[in-house]
Amino acid sequence: MHTVSPGQAKPMVQLEDLMQSVAEHKGCGTTGGSGKASCGSSAGEGDMPPEIWEKVKNHPCYSEEAHHHYARMHVAVAPACNIQCNYCNRKYDCANESRPGVVSEKLTPEQAAKKVLAVASTIPQMTVLGIAGPGDPLANPEKTFKTFELISKTAPDIKLCLSTNGLTLPDHVDTIHKFNVDHVTITINMVDPEIGAQIYPWVFFNHKRYTGIEGAKILTERQLQGLEMLTERGILCKVNSVMIPGVNDKHLVEVNKAVKSRGAFLHNIMPLISAPEHGTVFGLNGQRGPSAQELKALQDSCEGEMNMMRHCRQCRADAVGLLGEDRSAEFTTDKIMAMDVNYDLSSRQAYQAKVEVERQSKVAAKEAELETLAGETSDIKILVAVATKGQGLINEHFGHAKEFQVYELSAQGSKFVGHRRVDLYCQGGYGEEESLDEVIRAINDCHAVFVAKIGGCPKDDLKKAGIDPVDQFAFEFIEQSAIAYFKAYLDKVKSGEIEHVSRGDASIRQGAFIAAE
Amino acid sequence: MAYKIVKSQCTVCGACEFECPSAAISIKGDVYVINPDKCTECEGSFDTPQCATVCPVPDTCIPA
Repeated sequence: MHTVSPGQAKPMVQLEDLMQSVAEHKGCGTTGGSGKASCGSSAGEGDMPPEIWEKVKNHPCYSEEAHHHYARMHVAVAPACNIQCNYCNRKYDCANESRPGVVSEKLTPEQAAKKVLAVASTIPQMTVLGIAGPGDPLANPEKTFKTFELISKTAPDIKLCLSTNGLTLPDHVDTIHKFNVDHVTITINMVDPEIGAQIYPWVFFNHKRYTGIEGAKILTERQLQGLEMLTERGILCKVNSVMIPGVNDKHLVEVNKAVKSRGAFLHNIMPLISAPEHGTVFGLNGQRGPSAQELKALQDSCEGEMNMMRHCRQCRADAVGLLGEDRSAEFTTDKIMAMDVNYDLSSRQAYQAKVEVERQSKVAAKEAELETLAGETSDIKILVAVATKGQGLINEHFGHAKEFQVYELSAQGSKFVGHRRVDLYCQGGYGEEESLDEVIRAINDCHAVFVAKIGGCPKDDLKKAGIDPVDQFAFEFIEQSAIAYFKAYLDKVKSGEIEHVSRGDASIRQGAFIAAE
Repeated sequence: MAYKIVKSQCTVCGACEFECPSAAISIKGDVYVINPDKCTECEGSFDTPQCATVCPVPDTCIPA
């Protein structure tokens, strides 16, 4: 696969090891029905049993395809936590920062229920309500389940979802089942207590604080027990793992096997966020996060084993909107309480039916384009970055993009493999030139960037950096366009017009500026 | 014989309130406070004061 070009990125020690264990790619189906193996969170209808598809088809976190169309919201009703993680600092809060555990206001269950109705009325494609903290939802069980109870009465069409560290999960599985919580995410960073001791300083269990290996052993046993209990009851489970280079990166292959064998539906390996200014243990001791290439190599190596989520935006515990956006500032408690909420199920359903039509036409366009690659045997793979506001369209101006979605193109077609945040740092202050350099570093592993529009200057700079700026597919479907581009690319390589060269690595941005205004 | 919460350190997560066996902890305005008349330092209930044991911030629940 890719080799690291000189001068573009530091060589990575563990990458070679990872690459050795990369499982043979089994092919992806976005529409399915073609007998292909289910592959990644981009799997579509026909890749899975109908009852599972029903559960994931409009859940943006459980279906990569759905995340272009459907929105989610988190309500921050659960501030308390029962474990300490080295990547988390509970004292830090910044309204402009988007990452897990960060939240601007804590809500009571009643406020949360009102907020859900307000958002559901304003954003008809909001289909999922999650409780993800800012602490651990199951360390605040009364507030968490009260919130679910209120919402299931007033907005029964909204899917309920929660995210937990798993320590008390076995105690709550029956209640989770009772409230029809269909999706549960467990953060599992290790199945080996010796590794766990490097990630978790302590856990609070049965009225005692357990440290080191002893604490990590309790945590992993409870997590895996909880996972088994959930999957036995048919509740879909996603496992989140934070990739911490040098600590658990290679071990996550073992974690992947352990959770797969216990019935987890989806595995989400996320990069460590560890900026020193966050004041976390890892931030302060200089623990780095992975590069884009390291992350992708690990995700690829686990993909042969099970579905991988690659579209996670590591959002806040009070995020609102599509995964790539955050509209939480529109729904502060003051604004919600002043809102005249008109929750209308039928207009929500009508809107969602329209979204389904859009989605079907997108998938059909991709399928048709895919046929042009039939018989293609080249083993060339390239990545392309896409500026999009959603709906699976190339519909964002290069200079306005807050993130780029990254697709891998090969003879097998197109596959969503990640995203890169490029909005300004909270700590602020880049000139235009510096921010362009930032963008180039973030998509440096891509051969091309697809945009709705781009100015002359950035176009030239991108070309100099070896990235092809492509605006010919403005406002067209992403995957259809990407396949067409790739087909033309292969033809040019064959005719000798261009030479295929591997790109370098790219950097993954730490926390991002997400202020709405 | 009681514990207190260092206001400047407290994240107002409420973990201590759940764990207190004496119902000595409550929210007053926007901060948690320990009622010294009710606090037993968990003697007779647990080996360690539960508020200090569960608190995510070091040196925040301390002897008054």
